[in-house]
Amino acid sequence: MPITRRELFTSVAKVGVPAAVVVTIGKDALKTEPIPVPNAAVGLLYDATICIGCKACVAACAEANDTPPDTRSDALHQAPADLNDVTRNVIKLYKADDGSAFSFVKRQCMHCLDPACAAGCPFQALHKDPETGVVSWTADKCIGCRYCTITCPFHIPRFQWAGFNPRVTKCEFCSHRLDKGLKPGCTTVCPTGAVTFGPRPVLLLEAKRRIQSSPGRYYQNRVYGELDNGGTQALYLSHVSFEKLGLPELGPESVPARTLRWQRRFYQYFALPALLYAGLVQVIRRSLKGHEQEAHEREKETGLRAQL
Amino acid sequence: MPDETGNQKPSIEQHLKACGVSRRSFLQLCTALMVTAPVGLALTQKGSVLQVAQAIGQAKRPSVIWLHFQDCTGCTETLLRTSAPDVAHLILDVISLDYHETLMAASGAQAEAALRQAMEENAGKYVLVVEGAIPAKDDGVYMQLAGRPGVQVLREVASKAAAVMAIGSCASWGGVPSADPNPTGAVGVDSVVSGKPIVNLPGCPPNPYNLLAVILEYVTMGKLPALDEFNRPKFAYDRVIHENCPRRAHFDAGRFAAAFGDEGHRKGWCLYKLGCKGPVTHAACATRHFNEIPGVWPIGVGAPCVGCTEKGVVWQMATFETVPIHLATPPDTYPPIYSTAGRLQVGAAALVGAITGAVGGAAWVASQRFQSSAEAGVTRVAADIAHAEKLKGKPADKKED
Repeated sequence: MPITRRELFTSVAKVGVPAAVVVTIGKDALKTEPIPVPNAAVGLLYDATICIGCKACVAACAEANDTPPDTRSDALHQAPADLNDVTRNVIKLYKADDGSAFSFVKRQCMHCLDPACAAGCPFQALHKDPETGVVSWTADKCIGCRYCTITCPFHIPRFQWAGFNPRVTKCEFCSHRLDKGLKPGCTTVCPTGAVTFGPRPVLLLEAKRRIQSSPGRYYQNRVYGELDNGGTQALYLSHVSFEKLGLPELGPESVPARTLRWQRRFYQYFALPALLYAGLVQVIRRSLKGHEQEAHEREKETGLRAQL
Repeated sequence: MPDETGNQKPSIEQHLKACGVSRRSFLQLCTALMVTAPVGLALTQKGSVLQVAQAIGQAKRPSVIWLHFQDCTGCTETLLRTSAPDVAHLILDVISLDYHETLMAASGAQAEAALRQAMEENAGKYVLVVEGAIPAKDDGVYMQLAGRPGVQVLREVASKAAAVMAIGSCASWGGVPSADPNPTGAVGVDSVVSGKPIVNLPGCPPNPYNLLAVILEYVTMGKLPALDEFNRPKFAYDRVIHENCPRRAHFDAGRFAAAFGDEGHRKGWCLYKLGCKGPVTHAACATRHFNEIPGVWPIGVGAPCVGCTEKGVVWQMATFETVPIHLATPPDTYPPIYSTAGRLQVGAAALVGAITGAVGGAAWVASQRFQSSAEAGVTRVAADIAHAEKLKGKPADKKED
């Protein structure tokens, strides 16, 4: 079958242009960008090997944030089953099935360097303080879409489903206390020093010093949160694997960075939308042609003008 | 006899020496005071027992007038029932108890004269301790003291006092005599006396060291300790019993005595479910026991707290009624790392099933109708053709229907 010069150019363009666009954009998409650490980043260091599970931090958190105790499962005690609409801080227990190992773990907001909740929030109701790095929630901006509860890889923000004027609750590092020069409630009461508060770089050094001075004590000799999910401001040390404590292995790239890296490329030079539009035009033209032909035949048959 | 200014009254140290009290037992008393009020008193903030002893030793013996109204004398008994007789003597040597109806030898006119003398000698300087509720109904006719209504006596003695201490729950707000139906109109001191600093020391009975601490703070530092909204000194009444209860671990672990004498009760488990009012009762009983013997206090001997320092609890709530926990704290259990999402509820499942069924049914019905409208479309095309034929003047080859 002979091919005309015009047909050749057309088919080359049809295949070549999209391929070039995809290759260019895909190459850009593989580049990762470093996440800046805020100047005065505060942090929290939790050492699961020292924690005795006394839950003083749970009670202190409720007191500092003036949240009512969660007595829904047990009328006498503040016994939340997990973080929830009134619980911003909880101590959980990991127990191996054969009883060979156990560990407590304190769960609260990780205050990611690149928070997924803030990236997912359409109105910046969740935002990261540029100075201290505290991720907090603003009632005025929240529309109640609950994207934050879905985007967070640690499943931290919780929505007050039962309220008429529901709020999103999560640890905000007691920012109302930080403003007064006080430490977050949970870090003021720990009897063993398992929870410490301070500038993130200082805590990171302290965590590494602990790892160095006790080789073999800590899981993978690693500080969870130094690089995980792009780095977090809550740092964890543990003797059992972090996944067993409910801290997922997310890799060094943050969840929003990974998404954004691809998402941005979709609109780079407006190339992909243009390609998509070209494809759609092609489809429409083709079906319009068929339709016109059919209408023409009908008109011939009936003598009436086809009505589109 | 001391003169009007009281200058001739010896200091506490001089008096103790004269009475032959050893330095050792005086220091023991000072230590007990520091234990009674570890925080909240300027007197015990001095740092060492010796400094406290020095401050107390230099002070003049405070003159104390003790009046009884509608009471059981239990508050006096608690002062006297110390583990060793020495302690009671010591307390009575430190303060100058100038008038006390139970303890003094005098009676009748002699006693009345003693009261007048004590009031005149130390006018404006003595500490008035009131024990018992004051019957205020019908101008106080339900209690006569030396031929006068008790309420009049209280007003008169209080008018010349430097400060008034209401010892016990009855004097603080009415106590047992004020329980429903309160036939005598029993009220606390603060309902009768005004214009004088009043310290309430509720308890049935109260710990006598609290009284001693307040009086000594007043004579050494010249001021009363910080009070709460019910005029109770904060150093002794700032915390609820539940906070420092020795049985607290059993509460947190969910181990409760269910009946008197059952296994849990014998093992010393938490008494909450037997009606213990510890979670709402502000008192220092949990840390400062009675009679100087560790463990001697209601909960310590297996009896639930009745809330005797709280106006709204004791004699208002049933003994075995449980109180709400205002400050619920975490229990001795832990949630798992991965909490299972909510369980399937029958109602929710039925609702979802009903909605799914309704939507499915509606879709089926709709699809049936779409089919028939497609058929109708074929019919309409046929009608169009027939109509066109008619317009062209040719006979239609299909009947329209």
